[in-house]
Amino acid sequence: MKKLINKPENVVREELEGLALAYPDIVKIHYEPNFVYRADAPKKGKAAVISGGGSGHEPMHGGFVGVGMLDAACPGEVFTSPTPDQMLEATKMVNGGAGVLHIVKNYSGDIMNFEMAADMARSEGIRVLSIIIDDDVAVKDSLWTQGRRGVGTTVLAEKIVGAASEKGYDLKKLADLCYKVNVNGRSMGMALSSCTVPMAGKPTFALGEDEMEIGIGIHGEPGRKRMKLETADEITEMLAVSIIDDGAYSRKTHLWSEAKSAWEDVEVVSPPLKKGDQVLAFVNGMGGTPAIELAILYRKLHQVCEKKGLKIVRNLIGPYITSLEMQGCSITLLKMDDEMLKLWDAPVKTIGLRWGL
Amino acid sequence: MPISTGEVLEFLRRAADVLHQNKEYLTELDSAIGDADHGINMDRGFQTILKKLPTVEDKDVGTILKTSGMALVSSVGGAAGPLYGTALMQAGTALAGKYELTAADLVTALDAALTGVMMRGKSKPGEKTMIEALAPAIAAMREALDGGASTQQMLERATAAAEQGMKSTIPMLALKGRASYLGERSIGHQDPGATSSYLLIRLMSEMASKQA
Repeated sequence: MKKLINKPENVVREELEGLALAYPDIVKIHYEPNFVYRADAPKKGKAAVISGGGSGHEPMHGGFVGVGMLDAACPGEVFTSPTPDQMLEATKMVNGGAGVLHIVKNYSGDIMNFEMAADMARSEGIRVLSIIIDDDVAVKDSLWTQGRRGVGTTVLAEKIVGAASEKGYDLKKLADLCYKVNVNGRSMGMALSSCTVPMAGKPTFALGEDEMEIGIGIHGEPGRKRMKLETADEITEMLAVSIIDDGAYSRKTHLWSEAKSAWEDVEVVSPPLKKGDQVLAFVNGMGGTPAIELAILYRKLHQVCEKKGLKIVRNLIGPYITSLEMQGCSITLLKMDDEMLKLWDAPVKTIGLRWGL
Repeated sequence: MPISTGEVLEFLRRAADVLHQNKEYLTELDSAIGDADHGINMDRGFQTILKKLPTVEDKDVGTILKTSGMALVSSVGGAAGPLYGTALMQAGTALAGKYELTAADLVTALDAALTGVMMRGKSKPGEKTMIEALAPAIAAMREALDGGASTQQMLERATAAAEQGMKSTIPMLALKGRASYLGERSIGHQDPGATSSYLLIRLMSEMASKQA
């Protein structure tokens, strides 16, 4: 398929060079190992927040580096987890002496690379805590799988936790807040098309003219189910109801215990949504879906939430966690409390999200 | 017949070749039940190893393998980077200071590699991963070694076991990694990680038979 690139193997490097030239007041780029960091880093005394993942999801994560959001982001090759040395150097760069929180999406690659990086940073005397985002309800449970993927809630966590870090929360409070955001967020996505990884040169999978893929992730991989294409309203209802009707979700997550100086398996439970809950409604475009369609999806999402007794108090609509040029969408509902609302509203100045500054 | 550091270096060079030649094939397998980057990633990783080899040509096997493992960790990313990187680093740790390897050394090192993979990936046999090829291969090697087989025979049996293990992933339900999100749709597809593991074991066997 046609792409606006030069050599496929230079895609990530050239993207980073472009961002550095376009936004020198917001970000700086470190090459080899690659990471994006806020132009005014390090901030002394600030418990910093970093994340990272494969490239191809822009603006996530590099586009979320700046005041009020991430201190740094580590971009891997397209759809490939970044390597430990990227996270280690990024951690060192933004370390203001108050520790660093790693926001990690639940994919086996991300988990392993971030774990190795956290161990390396700790051995160099830097306090690191990690929180895993695992909000994708399309993955039923974690008994028979890698567990729920980290998708839409990641963006919301980066904003809310980033604002808290800007406000001066200490490392433990940041981790607790990130944990709270994760257990209150649920997402589900679908696709009308796959996408083409530049180095592979062809779409990862093929969908017929009248087909759609339900329960996709963000890496162009096949989803849970292939179905005949339905209307925007039917699709929105399907995704929203899957999220709203999802029961309490329990799983074990590998987290660092400072008390024990060791990794341990922690039981985590996501309580279900219930009537009367206030939510942030996030309608996300996968990259290839136009704004006009996202607005149509939001219209139905609003109706479904109303019918189910959920009050939408904030929203986010647009391509924020994408999968290259994939046509499709994902919906995220995040149950909000007063603390999270204040932090969501706080000023932010990044390439991908900007208000109040 | 002892294996020299020269042969270990040669194995790594030829492994880079094998993975480069099989780049599209591994990527195809990874498209069916993954995100289409395994072949690309392994190729990039082993090309990085090639660049590092001149710096360790005169070193012991342990250093050669640990350096190669770290090269993979820092260049591959994804799941393959930490897993193959840990495998090589653990094998290297087991062979620290050695300039010549016996058949027993080979088995010890590969066993350490497998243990490293299972620890890093928090996985075990039966989950449709590279372990499906590695575990039977190492078990076959141990059995052959205990039975007094030659290095060549040992590696031939390891390759046969790895091949069978790789093929056994086809009807399996994936319980780990990206393939696990597909649920039952992962059935009917060969695991890319088991395939790359098989290719590396087969290469060891081919090199051993050339010595005979």
